[in-house]
Amino acid sequence: MNVELTLPTRKDEDFRYSDIDALRTVWPVPREEIEVVAGLVESRQVIELGEGTVARHLDIRLGKGAKLDLRVLTAGPAYGRIAIDVRLAEGAGFTLGAAQIATGSETLEIVTEVTHAAPNATSRQVVRTVLAGHATGTYLGRVAVARGSDGTDAEQSVRAMLLDRTATANARPELEIYADDVKAAHGCAVGELDAMGLFYLMSRGLTPPQAKRLMLQAFIAEAFTGASGEAQLGQTALARLEAIL
Amino acid sequence: MSMLEISNLHATVVDKPILKGLSLTINAGEVHAIMGPNGAGKSTLGYTLGGRPGYEVTGGSVDFLGHDLLALEPHERAAAGLFLGFQYPVEIPGVSFVQFLREAANAQRKGRGQEPLSGGEFLKLAREKAGLLRMDMDMLKRPVNVGFSGGEKKRAEMVQMGILDPKLAILDETDSGLDIDALRICGEGINAIMRAPDKAVLLITHYQRLLDYVKPDFVHVLAGGRIVKSGGPELALALEEQGYEAVA
Repeated sequence: MNVELTLPTRKDEDFRYSDIDALRTVWPVPREEIEVVAGLVESRQVIELGEGTVARHLDIRLGKGAKLDLRVLTAGPAYGRIAIDVRLAEGAGFTLGAAQIATGSETLEIVTEVTHAAPNATSRQVVRTVLAGHATGTYLGRVAVARGSDGTDAEQSVRAMLLDRTATANARPELEIYADDVKAAHGCAVGELDAMGLFYLMSRGLTPPQAKRLMLQAFIAEAFTGASGEAQLGQTALARLEAIL
Repeated sequence: MSMLEISNLHATVVDKPILKGLSLTINAGEVHAIMGPNGAGKSTLGYTLGGRPGYEVTGGSVDFLGHDLLALEPHERAAAGLFLGFQYPVEIPGVSFVQFLREAANAQRKGRGQEPLSGGEFLKLAREKAGLLRMDMDMLKRPVNVGFSGGEKKRAEMVQMGILDPKLAILDETDSGLDIDALRICGEGINAIMRAPDKAVLLITHYQRLLDYVKPDFVHVLAGGRIVKSGGPELALALEEQGYEAVA
């Protein structure tokens, strides 16, 4: 296959902030199919800590009443893209807790498309991104609610923390709703560490890196709350946070 | 022995001069109270001594136990033995008091060249100080100040002071937001933790009521960025009765 014919460009909305040159080296990205059949409950983790380029594309189908708890931690790749497509059947439940930690000139992105194809499904996405140096961190998330998918409950909570003014965060939560009875919430914020909080911690004797690390640890932990490997995920993220402070 | 010596301190906040030549000496074993009208510069004094970013010293000097206090970072001031009790203690979601205070205590110990406290040693210390302030140990397992009432926050400040065991405590309106019982508990806590020959306290307050429990040796009136009047405990009573304008 000719890579150049199918390789996306930045005009493609889902690749608007991508590192296309890095993507070229791994294109085409194979789709990883995950199916949770009706009634089953599963949990999965995607942890990418290597250097270089990583691009993954998960194609998830949840059957009637099926539940999937997916946790993602990306920290380390020069370019890391995790694309997640999810299709929910009636009464299915999808939880995404994702954390991205980047420094230098790294570019990390999480791109989701969650389709509520039938009534009474729930989806909850929590994405936390910490960016230092000249890093770029992106979340593009579309929630589509099909006609007749009443009783949908969809939530997106997206926050990014910039440790340096030179870092860039992009966030675009999107809702496309064709049903009437839908609960959809999305929150999105990009900010810096609270200066008063840092001063409070330092006034008790913590060094500036200790104070920052403690606050960032808590910030990132929100993506892993309730996960089966919560403590381990937190420890892994902590090691990376310490490396970028 | 002089513990804190503030000489002709000038400080600005966002380019606005607030402290305009403040001088004050505090010796070991003493309790000082600073009172004054709103906007006099009381909290600015506390923050400036604590090293809060944005509080710029434009003149004067502060000697704290032989250290040039103003040259130290906030965490170095803490390690040197300074404690700042906040008027509005800050909420830090996701960070538990126990984790934060153990790290803080050990960071200070490291700064002083002491061995760190083990988990068991720290919990024993924390339990003892929480008991002193009648605070349930379970509250210290919660995120820092999150969901605490005003009074609980102030008691938690005093628990922190007990654990960190400073030489000098600067307590900024520790009495505000306290009910009568909490006021007494905090007052007794301050006495138990800080009333010692090698320690000192600077109370920043609007009212006489805290001074009923923590008896000051000296009372100062801060107005317009300077100490305009100093006296003994009777000065606080006169202020309460007659107001700042009449007395100072």
